[in-house]
Amino acid sequence: MSDIVLVTAADHRFEQIQSLFNSQRLVRGLLLPALGILAFLMVWQFSATRIETSLGQFPGPVQVWEQASRLVVEHKSERGKEAAFHQRQEKRNIKALAVNPEATIKKRRYTGKPTFFDQIVTSLLTVGAGFLLASVVAIPLGIVCGLSTRVYSALNPVIQIFKPVSPLAWLPLVTMVVSATYSVEDPMFHKAFLNSAITVALCCLWPTLINTTVGVTSIDRDLVNVSKVMALSPLVHVRKIVIPAAIPMIFTGLRLSLATGWMVLIAAEMLAQNPGLGKFIWDEFQNGSSDSLGRIMVAVLAIGLIGFLLDKLMLTLQRKVSWDKQAVLR
Amino acid sequence: MAMKYLDITGVGIEFDTNGSKFRALQNVNLKLDKGEFVSLIGHSGCGKSTVLNIVAGLHRATEGGVVLEGKEVSEPGPDRAVVFQNHSLMPWLSVYDNVALAVNQVFRKSKSRVERKQWIEHNLQLVNMDHAMDKFPGEISGGMKQRVGIARCLAMQPKVLLMDEPFGALDALTRAQLQDSLMSIQAELGNTVIMITHDVDEAVLLSDRIVMMTNGPAATIGEILQVKLARPRDRLALAEDPEFVHLRQQVLAFLYAKHGTGQHSEPALTEREQASPKLAAVQPGTESDSRRHSIAAA
Repeated sequence: MSDIVLVTAADHRFEQIQSLFNSQRLVRGLLLPALGILAFLMVWQFSATRIETSLGQFPGPVQVWEQASRLVVEHKSERGKEAAFHQRQEKRNIKALAVNPEATIKKRRYTGKPTFFDQIVTSLLTVGAGFLLASVVAIPLGIVCGLSTRVYSALNPVIQIFKPVSPLAWLPLVTMVVSATYSVEDPMFHKAFLNSAITVALCCLWPTLINTTVGVTSIDRDLVNVSKVMALSPLVHVRKIVIPAAIPMIFTGLRLSLATGWMVLIAAEMLAQNPGLGKFIWDEFQNGSSDSLGRIMVAVLAIGLIGFLLDKLMLTLQRKVSWDKQAVLR
Repeated sequence: MAMKYLDITGVGIEFDTNGSKFRALQNVNLKLDKGEFVSLIGHSGCGKSTVLNIVAGLHRATEGGVVLEGKEVSEPGPDRAVVFQNHSLMPWLSVYDNVALAVNQVFRKSKSRVERKQWIEHNLQLVNMDHAMDKFPGEISGGMKQRVGIARCLAMQPKVLLMDEPFGALDALTRAQLQDSLMSIQAELGNTVIMITHDVDEAVLLSDRIVMMTNGPAATIGEILQVKLARPRDRLALAEDPEFVHLRQQVLAFLYAKHGTGQHSEPALTEREQASPKLAAVQPGTESDSRRHSIAAA
């Protein structure tokens, strides 16, 4: 009996695989992207072997892959060292307490060099903080601008003037203001973290603000009239009509913001030597070993991949939040 | 003059388009009894929707005003619910929630949660849409959407139900079904209704009075036709009824013989286009003054 079940199950699976291979979707979903990547790797390899720099030959895919594996190994060994450090410290403290229970024990943090992966985490946290900060300001402000032409007229010149400013131009100002105003004992955030996050926030503000405004102003007139006829309070109007209607545009703004925020962050980290992927790249550049270019290339690919994943994340979020499940999202 | 339930007096409106003034309506006078069903008919761009929007409070009249049950209309409100032509349901709310949005607003204080739920369901039953309460507007047909739109308005228990070409976007069969539904609902509830239509048969079938409007700019009421057909009305029986045919003829004569512009085949203008002088139908030499005799005749 169970044999039969197994056989039919196997048959079924076989059919599935067959239909999968026959389908157009496979070609478009897997085969073509794979071809694209292959072509890129070939062009890369071909040109890399022809570029000679003062730090040696430009790294091709193989060298970059080697460097990527080495970065993983370095990360693991650094974690090993850290664990060992904490173990030693723990032992010392136990010993000290055994001799004198009153002894003040010291817990020191491990101060080893941050690895490539530590820098990725730092960068992600920074971009996340800056992006959140900007969104919390930009979405409500955008809704107000969209609802009131007066507020919009008042804010528009400010928006138009600051929108084209590269956030990197703000960086020195942000740095000075943060160091002047943020001077608490035992700070919760590093100043460098704040500098980067605020710089990111300054560039994330505009796309979200502008797109939210456009989204709110372009709500169907009839729906606004329905709301007026029902005499909905402003709060209910915003919650039940304005926000659902503007969600697609709000998300367009958020995705643009996050993408530029991520790009700007790397530049800010390079410029200000703030911890993160940007600093990793800059350090490798200054280091100037024969491996440096390969390691930088690993960082470049990681930045791209993370940017792509962040956008995917926003799309998934939009699908969850938006009422229009049929909308084609790209 | 005795106070009427709804009183539209000397209403005129002027729109400001790019600095130039455009007079859309002039001296519109209309009085409605409680429970009366009145249709507004006229060519595209003659300002029918503008009249309706002024009663709804969505537009402010430049001169004249609207008084409903002794109170002047100054802003939109649920006592003058509007059924819009393209249903205007919130696509992100289910059928039930679309009606609930209105009910929870209007009966926030006067009805308990359970009563409101029953009231929402009752109104959806009234339009035969209780089977699709959890569906979303994107999942139901145009006729069904309009039914829900009507249920939403009925649920607000308006003093006047305003309908802006409610069945204009529907196919003929669906339209007939909805007209019958509307007739039986109105017979049951006794709503006071102002309905805009392009459809002569619809106007004669549903109305107690048909208000025929002259062409803009400065459109006004041309003639008012009393429809004294006995209710309940049956569309099949009426089709051969000499009185029905005669009334129908009169409306057609007004629209095409007296006020035909040769432009009546053009697609309906949107509200914004109506406000624009360039797009409004131009009517040379109206004799509308001589035709105002029937205004406020009731």
